[in-house]
Amino acid sequence: MKIIVCVKQVPGTTNVNVDPVTGTLIRDGASSKTNPYDLYALEAALKLKGEFGGKVSVVSMGPPSALVAIREAIYMGCDEGVLITDRKFGGADVLATSYTLCSGIKAVGEFDVILTGKQTTDGDTAQVGSELAEHLNLPHVTNVKEIFDEGETIKYISNLDNKIVTGRIKKPCLICMDGDVNTPRLPSFKRKKEFGDCKDLIKMITFNDVEDKDESHYGLKGSPTQVERIFEPDKRNEKEIISDGDLALKVFDIIKDRKFI
Amino acid sequence: MGLIIHEELVNETTGKELESLCPFGALTYKDGKIDISAGCKLCKICVNRGPKGVITFEEEKKVLINKDEYKGVCVYADIDHGITHKVTFELIGKAKELASVINHPVYAIVIGYNTKKNVDELLSYGVDKVFVYDHKGLDDYDIEKYTNCFEDFIKRIKPSSILVGATNVGRSLAPRVAARFHTGLTADCTKLEMKENTDLVQIRPAFGGNIMAQIINPNNRPQFATVRYKIFNAPSKVTNPSGIVENVVIKDEWLESRNEIIEVVEKPKELDIAEADVIVAVGRGLKSTDDLKMVEELANELNAVVACTRPLVEAGVFDSKHQIGLSGKTVKPKLIITLGISGAIQFTSGMNNSDCIIAINNDPDAQIFNVANYCIIGDIYDIVPKLIEKIKEEKANV
Repeated sequence: MKIIVCVKQVPGTTNVNVDPVTGTLIRDGASSKTNPYDLYALEAALKLKGEFGGKVSVVSMGPPSALVAIREAIYMGCDEGVLITDRKFGGADVLATSYTLCSGIKAVGEFDVILTGKQTTDGDTAQVGSELAEHLNLPHVTNVKEIFDEGETIKYISNLDNKIVTGRIKKPCLICMDGDVNTPRLPSFKRKKEFGDCKDLIKMITFNDVEDKDESHYGLKGSPTQVERIFEPDKRNEKEIISDGDLALKVFDIIKDRKFI
Repeated sequence: MGLIIHEELVNETTGKELESLCPFGALTYKDGKIDISAGCKLCKICVNRGPKGVITFEEEKKVLINKDEYKGVCVYADIDHGITHKVTFELIGKAKELASVINHPVYAIVIGYNTKKNVDELLSYGVDKVFVYDHKGLDDYDIEKYTNCFEDFIKRIKPSSILVGATNVGRSLAPRVAARFHTGLTADCTKLEMKENTDLVQIRPAFGGNIMAQIINPNNRPQFATVRYKIFNAPSKVTNPSGIVENVVIKDEWLESRNEIIEVVEKPKELDIAEADVIVAVGRGLKSTDDLKMVEELANELNAVVACTRPLVEAGVFDSKHQIGLSGKTVKPKLIITLGISGAIQFTSGMNNSDCIIAINNDPDAQIFNVANYCIIGDIYDIVPKLIEKIKEEKANV
């Protein structure tokens, strides 16, 4: 069985602010990490491979620095990696991102299952997996906590807000794993020593490699949504700042005045 | 790509300036040349704030769509085996506001089985027209079948905007349908407005940081937005519902699916922090898990539920069902007391519509104070035990 896992490299910190003078974005630190939700998908894929055999490819879209996330996944146990990268892919919204992933995955070849995380920690939209499934014309399920290979189908258990659904989905398919569903393994030091920069295991896919060469489907041009402006969140105008005196008593008075006691 | 580098203006000074200006690290200066990497998000900060004229943005001429062909603000009715999710009514309230700006009708789309009662409920909130896809084969939610029905609705009716609740189903269905029509979708909007030209103005936290982004679909229809439960207010019912119903005949091919449901088990009613009237929320200001006792005691005295921020879930202190924020639940209680929470927008966008926010934090610059009604600058370890004592005394005296 051939499994593809989609991962994204996200900023290591979510601390981004607007510079009050220039109005530009300030992101402190240049650190980045693999999106934590994707680690559950990686673990699920490696577990599936361990139980039923097969091959796991990790796919990411992003700047060359995203190679770090791909290498980490290979050290965890993935067999190979693919980085979909090109300046033409930059500035993509959900639609263009999922379409680019679709084109990149098609260029990689056949597969049985695509696993994704629930969402990323830098966008928090949880939409790319479902859109990718549509572009590839695959059936998909979300919020999945367990998967079992049944040959022609995958049996899954999906954890929704108020119920647990067990179902069976035909391959090829796309499965969005839920968060917190397993304990992702750590990258193996042995594999790190063995594969180093993983040069022979990672394939780069650029605009030249995708079948659809219509530039208007990618990047900013392929993005229906446009950011008109960015701004600081509203601040509450009517507020009371209390910094001295008996603070506990003051909180008590507020709560009592409002009849919560 | 729209960014053009004017190489004659590139030098050590402008190059280095641009390099440090880019918040995504996508610009690098080397040997008299600027390179733009795939990290570029086309935020155009280098164009607008960088040294003048070095990088410019060239707009491309696009074939413009005719927005007048698209009429109506539609709400997807989130119905699960006879029960309409309350986010649906909140969205109808917002849809009426938005539609009134451009004089469009308000639609609802219903997909399910035995939905008569739900349809009447939608009409009672003043929806102008309900499109009903009712069939036994649509009883259980199925992504492929539901997408097919939605596709039929959009193709025939051509709505201008579609609002979907960000429930488990909405978060899976909205992107699937939006992708089928190659149109834009903005997830988890916290504010929606309508322009006179029918562009839906969608506002949401962005870039994972303390930034809000205002997003539009200038040249695509329909425009999709998802909104979480408890972001907007439910409207009051109308006295004389006058909306009409169109029952759509379901075609067999819409009911084809590659997914089979084996078993559905209702979960025992779990704690839902979104339903609580009073919440005590705790963040990284908590020094040790032993100190949770103090937090729980306060919550107990106030008949409140305990909630938390993402780091405490990641650290394994709490189960994720206690989490407030973009990756957790949105809450709108009558009172929320935050203890040692710094207030990243990831968190505050999940609670800033609460009726009364009391924030306790020892850092006077904590961002939580931007959204709080009462900013208590002090140590939770001083305040909370004393507060518990005072509440106990008060109760003893009554």
